[in-house]
Amino acid sequence: MPAINVNPTRQELTRLKGRLRTSVRGHKLLKDKRDELMKQFMDVVRENRALRQKVERELLRAYASFTVASAVMSPEMLEQSLLYPKQSVELDMSFQNVMSVNVPEYHFKTRSSDAGEIYPYGFATTSGELDDAVNALSGVFQDMLRLAQIEKTSQLLAEEIEKTRRRVNALEYVKIPQMQEAIKYITMKLDENERASTIRLMKVKDMILKQAIEEKREETANAVKTFGGSDEGTGEV
Amino acid sequence: MSNMERYKIAVLGDKDSVLGFKALGLDVFPAETVEEARKTLHALAKQDYAVVYLTEQYAAGMQAEVERYKDELTPAVILIPGKEGSLGIGMANVKSAVERAVGADIL
Repeated sequence: MPAINVNPTRQELTRLKGRLRTSVRGHKLLKDKRDELMKQFMDVVRENRALRQKVERELLRAYASFTVASAVMSPEMLEQSLLYPKQSVELDMSFQNVMSVNVPEYHFKTRSSDAGEIYPYGFATTSGELDDAVNALSGVFQDMLRLAQIEKTSQLLAEEIEKTRRRVNALEYVKIPQMQEAIKYITMKLDENERASTIRLMKVKDMILKQAIEEKREETANAVKTFGGSDEGTGEV
Repeated sequence: MSNMERYKIAVLGDKDSVLGFKALGLDVFPAETVEEARKTLHALAKQDYAVVYLTEQYAAGMQAEVERYKDELTPAVILIPGKEGSLGIGMANVKSAVERAVGADIL
């Protein structure tokens, strides 16, 4: 018996065969998709690792500069200096399609293009260390944004690969074998039915023949009796 | 979703770590506690923030929230080391993405 319950009919067989064809085709396509996604993913994830290492290293350096700056200046002064930024950043996001996965692409725009605008304070009351710190931070920001894009892409791709892999496996190890088994079951059952009906016909034919022979024999016997009897009668005479 | 929409960038973390980002023109959200950071993250996700940089020190206490936004298009929650240094959570997340996709860590 197959795992799924099917009617052993010719209609069902045709339907199942059609489904099996579709499944095999789908399986092949999904497998190709998975392989291509994997290829893309490996590239992205390698870059992700390298970029993350770089960003973490540079951020720590920027933090260190800030620590130096805060040692030179009072915390209130430091906070006040940074309180009202001159610069503002806007992010444009577009989408790129990688094997039917939408991945984001970030483009950022600063309100003013002047690089000096990142210092939101007058230079009279602040220390040079703060300038260094802000400068270091703005240097790492480009990479941070790139990291955001790459990391999100790798997360989205990972999710899609996981989904595709599950589908491929489900088709390969569950759905397709199940359908093949069902098709085999129906074929066997239909063949069996056919043989059974042939045998039945042969049996019936046998019975009819037997009956006919019996009748014939009886007729002959009767005839022999009748004519044989009169023959005897004439013989006596 | 239409192409090229305007989004904002947020930095979420303890005050000392995130202060400097203000000078760059990013939106800075200092949080005192993990609980506060969690609430802020949810609030930010509802607004048009495409990227949220979160310090690892807080991310350690809110893995479930970070995990939740992983499969969403926005926001991208990106972990950055806090002032106390890197905890390696960001790297571990890259690793877990590989494990998720491939089934084993092959890098």
